[in-house]
Amino acid sequence: MRNGIIIGALCAALAGTGYWGYTQHKNLQNTHVQAENNYQRAFNELAYDIDLLHDKIGSTLAMNSRTSLSPELADVWRISIESKSNIAQLPLKFLPFDKTQAFLTNVGNFSYRTAIRDLEKEPLTEQEYSTLKGIYKKAESVQNGLRGVQTDIMNKNLSWMEVETMSAQRKAPRDNVIMNGFKHVEQTKATTDSDFGPTFSNGQEESKGLKKLTGKKINESEAIKIAKSFISIKNSKDIAVNKSLNGSAEPFFSISMEHKRPTASSYMEITETGGYPLFFITTRDISSQKISLDDASKKGKKYLDSKKYTDMELYDSSQYDTIGVFQFVKTVNKVRIYPEAIQLKVALDNGQVIGLNAKNYVTSNHVRTIPKPKLSMDQARKKINRNVKVQEERLAILLSDFNKEVLCYEFLGTLGNDTYDIFINAMNGREEKVKKL
Amino acid sequence: MVNSYLPKKEVNAFTSQVLSRGSTGQDVKELQERLKFIGFFKGKVDGIFGWGTYWSLRNFQNEFDMKVDGIAGPKLKEKLQKATKNYKNTATGTKNSTANNASNKNNNNSNKNSNPIPNKKPIVNAPSGYTNNDIKLMANAVYGESRGEPYIGQVAVAAVILNRLTSSSFPNSISGVIYQPGAFTAVADGQINLTPNDVAKKAVIDAINGWDPTTGCIYYYNPKTATNQWIRNRPKILTLGQHIFCK
Repeated sequence: MRNGIIIGALCAALAGTGYWGYTQHKNLQNTHVQAENNYQRAFNELAYDIDLLHDKIGSTLAMNSRTSLSPELADVWRISIESKSNIAQLPLKFLPFDKTQAFLTNVGNFSYRTAIRDLEKEPLTEQEYSTLKGIYKKAESVQNGLRGVQTDIMNKNLSWMEVETMSAQRKAPRDNVIMNGFKHVEQTKATTDSDFGPTFSNGQEESKGLKKLTGKKINESEAIKIAKSFISIKNSKDIAVNKSLNGSAEPFFSISMEHKRPTASSYMEITETGGYPLFFITTRDISSQKISLDDASKKGKKYLDSKKYTDMELYDSSQYDTIGVFQFVKTVNKVRIYPEAIQLKVALDNGQVIGLNAKNYVTSNHVRTIPKPKLSMDQARKKINRNVKVQEERLAILLSDFNKEVLCYEFLGTLGNDTYDIFINAMNGREEKVKKL
Repeated sequence: MVNSYLPKKEVNAFTSQVLSRGSTGQDVKELQERLKFIGFFKGKVDGIFGWGTYWSLRNFQNEFDMKVDGIAGPKLKEKLQKATKNYKNTATGTKNSTANNASNKNNNNSNKNSNPIPNKKPIVNAPSGYTNNDIKLMANAVYGESRGEPYIGQVAVAAVILNRLTSSSFPNSISGVIYQPGAFTAVADGQINLTPNDVAKKAVIDAINGWDPTTGCIYYYNPKTATNQWIRNRPKILTLGQHIFCK
């Protein structure tokens, strides 16, 4: 009798556990299926996008009039962006697919720029036409590759989840039909930036790295000396110096140190050639604000002067709790040289400089001859939207989207509650940049 | 009671602090409210001294025959207080809080009443072009990926996220870069959902403000755990903490 009760209870418990396990399993399976479906959708849409892209570029090759070319190129632009967003949803961690993505970005940029241009006045050049042909060819090979993968997935019932779990495992063999297909696409003769014409380089990407510098090479102990002269807190110990690895266009030293009284740590990078400081950051506790942002900016300016960064003008400041961050820019004969910018971090408890960023200054600083503007200030002012009320105006050198320096008239103006920074090219009157601040 | 919630510096709304573009805090809020009260300021009262506040302050200075520099020093505050006699501080619920504070110094009880009621939200400044939510999302990623790293290593991870935004081989939005499947281990294993500390947030703000220890890197890996041969063959720039950064 007692045994019967126990057996009954155990049976009930077993059934309960079984049911629990079953629902767990079912839930997990559901999640898997959903994730797999998402991957499949992204992939199939990508394949479709590339099909469409290839077709549309194909038709642009035969078009001649603006009325048909511009909308078609605008469509190419839209599709290339869409295909990139689909790639971004696929688990491609262990698949180098960056060249294909760069290709799609370039197609997008190229088609955008040509689509918005007045093709009646400025028809496609020979070079641009051959660029289009190049894109067409490359798009075809990407399309063929992806269609191949798609066929494999459908015929062999392959799953993207497998690709995903494979990338999560450390020592799994990387042999998978999907992966191999993507690798194949990536390896098709890569279209390089140069195929997109001379004006086509990603200036933003380029401007981030270091450039070749000239000057005497410094050694480790000289680097430490420079670091100590820039970092505001004295009393340093545990100084460690490392050198950059060989992939850097210009080698640099990285120096880290600890401080006592106050307890803090600093890190600084200095180029080997010329010993130019790239940046430093000191981290320490800053309890409460004692000095105003305005006073801190003056301390910052004094610091720059003492470090021989002359003719620097403050153009922006912002407060983050107890830290002030200041943007300084070089000014030559009242012309602001925006590429030569320096950022400073100042602690608002005692006005100490706790950060310097001179990387852009180092890569753009050179003796330059500022050309004479072809337009007058008045002529340039007429080029801006007449609803904007101009508050400030000056000449400035700006880094364009193509990473080229251009002389502009800068107008600071207001429209409604918003403030705008407007740059008009001082040579040809082009509106180079309009930025809402 | 109320007092205990508040940092000391916020007790007197209009302090002697000189305010200029970029300043943040309760002072700036009061400046904006007072300027709004007499119709000079038309924007949103947010406690951040932006361009809108700057121009309206300059207009005020111009109207009241003062030196037009867009900086709110003691003289300006005095003039502004005179011009806004009937202004009621929304934070304190009292009229002309500074004047009241001064006269009520000895009266403990009423002094307490004139303390600002804690605001719903602390005033947090975000670098232009970024919202506080963007910073939060990035701080989550940085914290999940590199919370054991030295500060500079965290700035570097934040810089890599930003460098990917402008790279043609990556998505163009912060969320796109962070949530790209497999791009960050912290996203894949859910560590991104941990609550980040202030250090990660500060590192993100430094990176947004332009500090990039990696000079333009778009990849990094831990040489002890990385399984990907491909990433090891990228041009390496520097080692920071446990990570090697490469282009």
